[in-house]
Amino acid sequence: MDPEYRFSHKHVLGLADLSSEDIQAVLQTAESFKEISARSIKKVPTLRGKTIINFFFEPSTRTRLSFEVAAKRMSADTFNISNSGSSTVKGETLIDTARNLAAMNPDCIILRHPRSGAARLLADHVDVSVINAGDGTHEHPSQGLLDLMTVRQAKGEIAGLKIAIIGDIAHSRVAHSNIIGFSKMGASVTVCGPATLIPPGIEALGAQVSRSVMEAVDGADVIMALRIQKERQQDPLFPSLREYAKFFGVSQKVVDAAKPEVIIMHPGPINRGVELDPKLADGRRSVILEQVTNGVAVRMALIYLIMGGD
Amino acid sequence: MVGRIHLKNGRVIDPANGIDQILDVLIEDGKISAVVQPDTLPEQPDGIVYDLQGKWVVPGLIDMHVHLREPGQEYKETIATGTRAAAAGGFTAVACMPNTKPVNDNQTVTVFIIAKAAEAGFARVYPVGAISSGSTGEHLAEFGELRQAGAVGVTDDGLPVGNSQLMRRALEYAGDHDLLVISHAEELSLSQSGAMNDGPLATRLGLRGIPHVAEEIMVYRDLALAEFTGRPIHIAHVSTRESLALIRRAKKKGVAVTAETAPHYFTLTEKAVDGYNTLAKMNPPLRTEADVAAILEALRDGTLDAIATDHAPHGELDKDMEFDLAANGIIGLETAVPLTLRLVRENRLDARRMVELLSVNPARILGVVGGTLSVGVPADIAVIDPEKKFVFTAESILSKSRNSPFLGWEMQGKAVLTIMDGKITWRQEGDFSS
Ligand SMILES: [Zn+2]
Repeated sequence: MDPEYRFSHKHVLGLADLSSEDIQAVLQTAESFKEISARSIKKVPTLRGKTIINFFFEPSTRTRLSFEVAAKRMSADTFNISNSGSSTVKGETLIDTARNLAAMNPDCIILRHPRSGAARLLADHVDVSVINAGDGTHEHPSQGLLDLMTVRQAKGEIAGLKIAIIGDIAHSRVAHSNIIGFSKMGASVTVCGPATLIPPGIEALGAQVSRSVMEAVDGADVIMALRIQKERQQDPLFPSLREYAKFFGVSQKVVDAAKPEVIIMHPGPINRGVELDPKLADGRRSVILEQVTNGVAVRMALIYLIMGGD
Repeated sequence: MVGRIHLKNGRVIDPANGIDQILDVLIEDGKISAVVQPDTLPEQPDGIVYDLQGKWVVPGLIDMHVHLREPGQEYKETIATGTRAAAAGGFTAVACMPNTKPVNDNQTVTVFIIAKAAEAGFARVYPVGAISSGSTGEHLAEFGELRQAGAVGVTDDGLPVGNSQLMRRALEYAGDHDLLVISHAEELSLSQSGAMNDGPLATRLGLRGIPHVAEEIMVYRDLALAEFTGRPIHIAHVSTRESLALIRRAKKKGVAVTAETAPHYFTLTEKAVDGYNTLAKMNPPLRTEADVAAILEALRDGTLDAIATDHAPHGELDKDMEFDLAANGIIGLETAVPLTLRLVRENRLDARRMVELLSVNPARILGVVGGTLSVGVPADIAVIDPEKKFVFTAESILSKSRNSPFLGWEMQGKAVLTIMDGKITWRQEGDFSS
């Protein structure tokens, strides 16, 4: 990396805004932080006196906890605000609440929100760094970065790999960030799912679309299964979980069609037996728990870099 | 009260009389009393004289699709502020949609609107009543009483009439009362709660898309019902290429269909929403380059009959929020002239056609006065300076709302004088009269 390089973003709203150099920097920083989590005293004073607000409009125990652990390991003070339910109906709630939070002078707000663009809206309205912890069906950059980190760890290099992402591409911000991130880093990404879950123009983000799972995973180095949201059956997107599992579930047969050393990923939580065979989720090719571990390191790196660390 | 106004040396564009030349227009007692060669009228000792060299003198513009928000949402717009904005935009008349609170589905609301408009005195206001009571899509509103009270048409605009049988009955029954049926064409099961045009950009932004077929399927249904019932239909705010192809074909078959589009649909594409710009959020949504090209063609070839603004004022709080929660619609009365004049400057439209689209045809479709500068008609006149340059800023807006994606745009062409019923309703500050 260029010795002159500095991570110069005030916010992390999506991988679309980050260059491959930025992504490198985050991954490198995360690698160096990973060791902290392996110590017996898992805490460094780096961000002592800094304040981070976890502002979660949508329930997500995993992501919230991961950010919180990341902040605490660097000695930052964290505050959690969750706001699920009726008060999110009016948009001014987001801006008003954010302005109130900003008035308390935090150093960073981490936002999870069910509406696409919410993190951008927040960043436009408050003078505080914003990390997008998932906005609607737009992006989930920290998840994308932790997936990149996990793959790099397992494979050494991201460029040249073939990544197959199977499942609900249309409603998955994880898929969006992964397609953008992996293709920026030189991997090829193939997506597959029922046609009803493949949105128009996904190619523009950098993905190839495959109509069959077997074809999608052919020669793949990485298979990523996405969570199928059971409530999507209301909108006629697929007939039943049973049929979905049969045609788009990642099974042993699917894995056999990929490269022998293929790794299996899932952003969690898993519907076992729907998008992923339970044996595979816990099997030797699975890196699902490493994803969780790397999540903390990546989030430490993001918080650190955004607060001007170098 | 001004008795006499003498408009000298303007370029009079009056397609209804086949006129496009430098002439003088004289207004007396609220009516046009003479349209003659320059320097042939004796100097008038009283009254006002404007020398309009380089300006256009056209029949007052008529916007057949606006939302005035009163009664019910006066914080967004009132009949007074909306019609004042209309006058500033060169409009002498507007037709206002019934999605007020309460809905204009009865004579009381219609009478109220007309009274408020008369009190304000800025423009003629033609209320459009609801097709269904409460615009709930269930029962026909009382068309007869709406017409008697002064309504000129019916629509559930803002919402489509989902029930085909109800739409058929509306067309049939509107015929008894000489009301124009206006279709807001949208198949709700396809548009759902979409926030922008369906396609790659919506995918990238993670926003739910409204596919163009959501409009086209309903356009097809309403054209089929118009043909079946033998009754005229007007398609509001057409935004897609295929809708226009359907309308063109129906016109060729002799179906009594008229159609409008709005300046934003021929000026902007969906790209305007990138970055979650809620000022570019509207329904139907901004579409693609190909749709814009089709609209330009349809404005020229007559498939589209009118340019209407779909003026939809909203408060700041209605727009300053998450994109998919933000209100649909933009204001349009004060930008229609410059945005349409752009097309004239780029030779995509000629001046005569512009006047037809903004005045002659809306008058004919609605069956109201205006659209001509014939001697003896009420003096509804717009004077347009096609050269005047200005920056469209929030401060310059006369509408109560500021929700326009054109804020900060450098514009050229503006209404500098508007006369309704012989009275000056708008006069550009500064000396526009050369
Ligand atoms: Zn409408």
